[in-house]
Amino acid sequence: MSEHEYTPKSKVGKWFNDRLPLLTLANHLTDYPTPKNLNYWWTFGGILTFCLITQIITGIILGMHYVAHADLAFQSVEHIMRDVNYGWLIRYVHANGASMFFLAVYIHIFRSLYYGSYKSPREVIWIIGMLIYFLMMATAFMGYVLPWGQMSFWGATVITNLFSAIPLVGDSITTWLWGGYSVDNPTLTRFFSLHYLFPFLILGLVVLHIWALHVPGNNNPIGIEIKKPSKDTVPFHPYIVIKDLFALLIFLIIFAFFVFFSPNILGHADNYIEANPLVTPAHIVPEWYLLPFYAILRSVPDKLLGVIAMFAAIFVLVILPWLDTSKVRSTVFRPIYKQFYWFLVADVLILGYVGAMPAEGIYLLIARIATAYYFAHFLIILPFLGMKEKTAPLPLSITEPVLGGSADMAMAKNNSDFKEKL
Amino acid sequence: MSDSDKKKPNRRDFILTATTAAGAVGVGAAVWPLVDQMNPDASVKALASTEVDISSVEPGQSITVIWRGKPVFIKRRTQDEIDSARAVDLSELKHPEKDEDRAKNPEWLVMLGVCTHLGCVPLTDKGDYNAWFCPCHGSHYDTSGRIRKGPAPTNMEVPKYEFVNSNTIKIG
Repeated sequence: MSEHEYTPKSKVGKWFNDRLPLLTLANHLTDYPTPKNLNYWWTFGGILTFCLITQIITGIILGMHYVAHADLAFQSVEHIMRDVNYGWLIRYVHANGASMFFLAVYIHIFRSLYYGSYKSPREVIWIIGMLIYFLMMATAFMGYVLPWGQMSFWGATVITNLFSAIPLVGDSITTWLWGGYSVDNPTLTRFFSLHYLFPFLILGLVVLHIWALHVPGNNNPIGIEIKKPSKDTVPFHPYIVIKDLFALLIFLIIFAFFVFFSPNILGHADNYIEANPLVTPAHIVPEWYLLPFYAILRSVPDKLLGVIAMFAAIFVLVILPWLDTSKVRSTVFRPIYKQFYWFLVADVLILGYVGAMPAEGIYLLIARIATAYYFAHFLIILPFLGMKEKTAPLPLSITEPVLGGSADMAMAKNNSDFKEKL
Repeated sequence: MSDSDKKKPNRRDFILTATTAAGAVGVGAAVWPLVDQMNPDASVKALASTEVDISSVEPGQSITVIWRGKPVFIKRRTQDEIDSARAVDLSELKHPEKDEDRAKNPEWLVMLGVCTHLGCVPLTDKGDYNAWFCPCHGSHYDTSGRIRKGPAPTNMEVPKYEFVNSNTIKIG
């Protein structure tokens, strides 16, 4: 935040700003002091904002052509693909945009895990982020139901049946969610309504997420507190803006590759078969970004406990700031945690893989071990490691390790003193 | 706090409590329609029963019909299948139910073709008991539709049904 009170230069600007301080806000956003050592893993916040806006714009357009009715939905999606001008492009951007959104959000979350961005004083940013992530999953799930293909229908059946595991009221809740005795037209229409609503709730939470971020300011790869503004910071505009835009450009190349060269590779062929309540596809799989949780659900042999485990897998993330007892934020200074961090990354990837495989034999065994490890990481390893681990000494400032304050990070990396400290 | 410190509720407190309570009831009454509109509507409930002609079903054969948007399996069981279902000791079952109670007429097994785990439609003549197997999460059911192995918590549900005559079943 800028030290000085901002006053617009023009008379009109001052008149307006005295009545609604929008210009002060704009000034805060451009001048916002950012640690100068932020790396490219920090560009995903901007990328995610872009993803959300893209989903909202393409979604509003698709809503103009889509018909939310069990008899017409599947046809209307094909109508979008074949008849609507550029309908194929807009739908493929929307469908692949969901995958890109999750790709970016997973990188963003794992960035936070690596550099300890969830720790004090940023717990509220983290919790809002987890709420966003949860809403994203709900939104993506309901969106996947709308084309009313076989995977839409059966995915919706499996996920809504999760609620029937709740003792006593489970069946009533499921019937209430369905608006009938099975997934049918009433289910489709309400999912459409909510799928339209949730992105705007996410947008609201994103505003809170950024607001909460701007109170303590950004974490950074070294993870130490820095003075703001100081020699350790640069203004958000133009330094971070241009870096974010460059990263976004690279991201868009990957995005465009999927949209133009393999738009269906992340989907399932079964979803090009219209929903049929009498035939379950041989192998129901959710979209890739939900697979780790699906693997956890299936690894528990009891229905209620499986559902509890799945939601607990998300909940342990919410309370993570209090599970990780280490005061040191950045993994750079935590040699043992660094190894466990990569074990966790591998564990989540394994869960994702077995989630896509049939729940039997060796896959089930692997899923069980990986599920146990997932919870052990958060509930056992993190609390104890924080108390036992001997961390490397922290530098006093971002520029301190760099030969008495020079801003040249390349020199810092070659500096032997710095390496020994790690 | 000692008794002497305790403020005696006066008329203002009473009015505040009464107003809050009345307000809460009013808000609850206003919200209920917003919640209840999501429950099955009259048109959904109207499709509550269906009649099925079973005259062409051969022994060993199974047909699937739709009732309330869900598949119903109508299986004409062979003598072997009936025997194996009735020979099972109830103590072996996760959800103990006698086959006699599930199939009043032993030849005909009528049940919702919905896996009690997460609602998939099990495949017929598959799995460890050569009866029903759910491909979604690997639940095995026996020739009486009872859960024997896998994550499903209960047997497949037997809906309310009756034989209208020897060739017709009314479900619901």
